[in-house]
Formats: sequence, C-alpha cells, structure tokens
Amino acid sequence: MPGAPSSWEPSELELDRRRHRKRASVRSVLIAAASTLVFTAVVWVALVNSPGWEAVKESFFNLEIGRDSFPDILEGLWLNIRALFFAVIGVAVLGTLLAVMRSLRGPVWFPLRAIATVYTDMFRGMPVLIVLYLVGFGIPALDIFPRLPAAVWGTIAITLCYSAYVAEVLRAGMEAVHPSQRVAARSLGLSHGETLRLVVIPQGLRKVVPPLMNDFVSMQKDVGLISILGAVDAIRAAQIDVAATYNFTPYVVAALLFIALSLPFIRLTDWIAKRMAQREQMGGTV
Amino acid sequence: MSVLELHGVHKSFGDNHVLKGVDLEVDQHEVVVVIGASGSGKSTLMRTINLIEQVDDGQILLSGDDITDPRVNADRARARIGVVFQHFNLFPHMRVIDNVTLAARRVHGMPADAAVAKGTELLGKFGLGDKVSDYPDRLSGGQQQRVAIVRAILTDPELLLLDEITSALDPMLVGEVLDLVRELGDAGSTILMATHEMSFARSVADRVVFMHQGRILESGTPDQIFGAPREQATQEFLARVMHR
Repeated sequence: MPGAPSSWEPSELELDRRRHRKRASVRSVLIAAASTLVFTAVVWVALVNSPGWEAVKESFFNLEIGRDSFPDILEGLWLNIRALFFAVIGVAVLGTLLAVMRSLRGPVWFPLRAIATVYTDMFRGMPVLIVLYLVGFGIPALDIFPRLPAAVWGTIAITLCYSAYVAEVLRAGMEAVHPSQRVAARSLGLSHGETLRLVVIPQGLRKVVPPLMNDFVSMQKDVGLISILGAVDAIRAAQIDVAATYNFTPYVVAALLFIALSLPFIRLTDWIAKRMAQREQMGGTV
Repeated sequence: MSVLELHGVHKSFGDNHVLKGVDLEVDQHEVVVVIGASGSGKSTLMRTINLIEQVDDGQILLSGDDITDPRVNADRARARIGVVFQHFNLFPHMRVIDNVTLAARRVHGMPADAAVAKGTELLGKFGLGDKVSDYPDRLSGGQQQRVAIVRAILTDPELLLLDEITSALDPMLVGEVLDLVRELGDAGSTILMATHEMSFARSVADRVVFMHQGRILESGTPDQIFGAPREQATQEFLARVMHR
C-alpha cells in the first residue's frame, strides 16, 4: 500500500550524495555573496569618484532636508493610498464589465461589443497624462457636477485608463481557457452566461493573476500622477518642499516611499507565481 | 552488457513511498516490458531513469555510468536516453521535421542538412513521408505518437523509454504505434516499456516485469509471467486485465 510505513533508511551512498549536494549549495551561496560584494564595491567606487559626486550628494541626498520633508510627503502618500484603494475597486468592476462585454456572442450584443472595443482601443492608446487633463479640467468645466477635489477626478482618470488594460488582460485569460472546457459546460446545459461565470472566468482569472498583479504594481506608482491636477499627494508635497529648499532630496524621499509601498506586493506576486508553478507542474527536476 | 542497471532505487513524494527499492537490469538489444496496476510505480520508475525525478536512494547506471551521481551532468545523461510520453508532447509550434531533428541539431551537434536527411528517411520508413512539413495538430493521435517515437530514436539513444505510449490513443490507432515498436525491437533497439497492452507485451517482450506496490514482484519471460505467474498479486492482476 502506498504510504505504508517502511523500514527504509538512507544508504551510505545516498548520505554521501546528500553531503555533496549540501556542499555544492553552500558553495553557490558563497559565490553569489562574493560576486554581489564585488559588484556593489565597483559601482560605489565609480559613483563616489565621479567629478560631480559632491554636488549630487548635496542636492539629492541631503539627510537633514530629507528628514524635514518626510512628514509632509508621508501625509501626501496617504492620499495616494486612498486614491489607489478606490481606483482598484473601480478598475476591478469596470475592467470585468468591459471584458465580459467584449466576449459576448450574438448579433444582439453588437453595440455593447463595439462600445467595449472602442473604449479599450481609445484608453489604451491615450497617454495617461492627457486623460488626466481631460477628466480633471474638462469635466468640472461642464458645470454639471458639484465641485469635487482634484484627487477624485484624478482617481477617476486613472480608473478609466487602467480598466482598459485590465479588461484586455482578463479577456486574454478567458480566451486562453481551452475551448473544450466551454464545450463541456455547454453540453451540461449551462447557458453562455453561466458558462462564463462558473467555468471560464474562474479558470481564466487564475491564468492572468501574475499580469494583473503587475498592473496593480504599476497603478501603485501611477496614482502619483494625480499631483498634476493640484492634489497634494506625495509627489506634490515633495515638489512644494523642493521649491522651498532648492534641494531635490524630497523627490528621493518620495521615490523611496513609493518603492516601500510596492515592495511587499511585488514579493507577494513572486511568491504566488512560484506557488502556482509548483501546483501545476509535474515537471520534477526540470 | 547491461545498458541499464537499477540498484535499490527509492523514491518518495512526501509521505507517499512510491518506489521501495527497485532492482532491474536491461541488457543490450533487450525489450523489457513493465506491467502493473495504476499507482504501482511504473511511471515514477520511468521518470527516475530519465532523471526527471531525483532518486532518494539507490543507483541508476546507464551503460555502466552512475547517472544518479550529483557530479554527473543530467542533461548529457538524458541526451543518451530516448523517451516517448503518453501524451506525445510534440512541440506544436514546430513542423514535424523540426520536432524530430531538434535534439540532433541542438544537442548532438549534427549538421542541419544531415539531421533533416535522417529525419526524412526515418519518417518515410515509418509511413510518415508525406507529413514532414505538417504541424503536429494536423496529424492523428497515432501519427503524432509515431512522430514522437521518431523524435526519440533519431539520435540513436542507448535506451528507449516508452511510458504507456498507447494509453491516450483510439483503439483503432494503437496497432500502428505498436507495430513501429515491434519493428524497433526486431531491429535491435534496447527498450524499456510500461504498458497496459498485455497481448503486445506477450508477443514482443523478451522479459516481462511485474510491479506491485513500488517493488518488482516478479520478472520472467512472457510465457512464465502470463502462463504461470508465481505470485498471487500477479495472478490477481492478470486475471483482472485479461478477462475484461
């Protein structure tokens, strides 16, 4: 019976092989550490010995100015995080809607299909900055909406742009589900909609988790673009401090904060991708 | 001379001890057929021999070289073994001729025109002469599997591993694939084959090996195993598969 206890003990040969593998892995860790050290040292020496280093150090890495600007920028980052929160929800809803609209079958749905196609074509083609200007300055000028903070319009613009990308990723995932799955679901009597909802989307979503997370990471930094509409987010706060001190260090502080914001999620993405690969793999050692 | 020797091979997946000390020898020009129930360890055995799974204990010798030694280059060892899979595993983005000549060109350093000439000749010999420039999805399952066999033998491997190569095929198409294997055996290839095709095992095998619960329980000529199995587990297995 598989799994039954057995009295097997590793042989001397196997123990020797394990010792060899252990030594080999210790050796590769040491080589990696040494090569990293050398690489860092070379880059550092080249940087410090460049002719303009003293000036760059003073205007980009001024510790005192960095410390002073930190609270303002952190407060601005809180606005970015809130904008990101609402943009993600908006993108999830609008992106899914667009993806489903584009994959509808049948002549009745032609208008919806056409709208979704034109939408994704347009918003993927347009530079984000221009969308921000159009939405942030154009729509309020119509005077049909109450006065809303610039950050709200910025969040809407980001949502509009990213929905188009996410919709296309989702659609690609749905199309990557093997047609035999659709055939199997339909032959059970499920309707087109039920087939999408219960069979195609769950599988398609799983396939596109890594690209979706990539879009999310990209969004985390692009919410900083709402600063061009005047919203005092992390970038705007940094800009104000730069103007006050004639020193660029606040920008570096903002950059570090944005990196810190995205780092946990980037690592999570890697971890999930690795776990998915493990689950789907029957690849053994190769 | 033994092309393949297994000494006390163990393999576990977590708590599941799949191979519990397998000893096996395959001589040159010998056709050895492995039979046994699903889950008896046949596929895992094939995968350890091709170094797709790392053994937990024991040795695998290929023409005398210990290929389980961690100092051995696994890619070079695999290049000496031809493998055919249950689901063909042809590369769908390559034409038939590119599929069968890939290893010869990339791994064995054969000039492209020589590889193509050899591939065309082999494909022609096995009735696939008109499929040379087709893509795999244009072929039937039996044709795809014959292409996969040509891909495995083009570089004249020392050993040919066939892992249930007819299990995914329509019964109508099984014959054409097995005929090819029979031809290879007659021509002197060294073959280790896991299969559920008992009548084929009986007529082609030089030796039949019965696997049961991760061990080789019984081994002998087809007449011994199918005519007068000694072990009770062998008798029960054969009774179930022969009288369906």
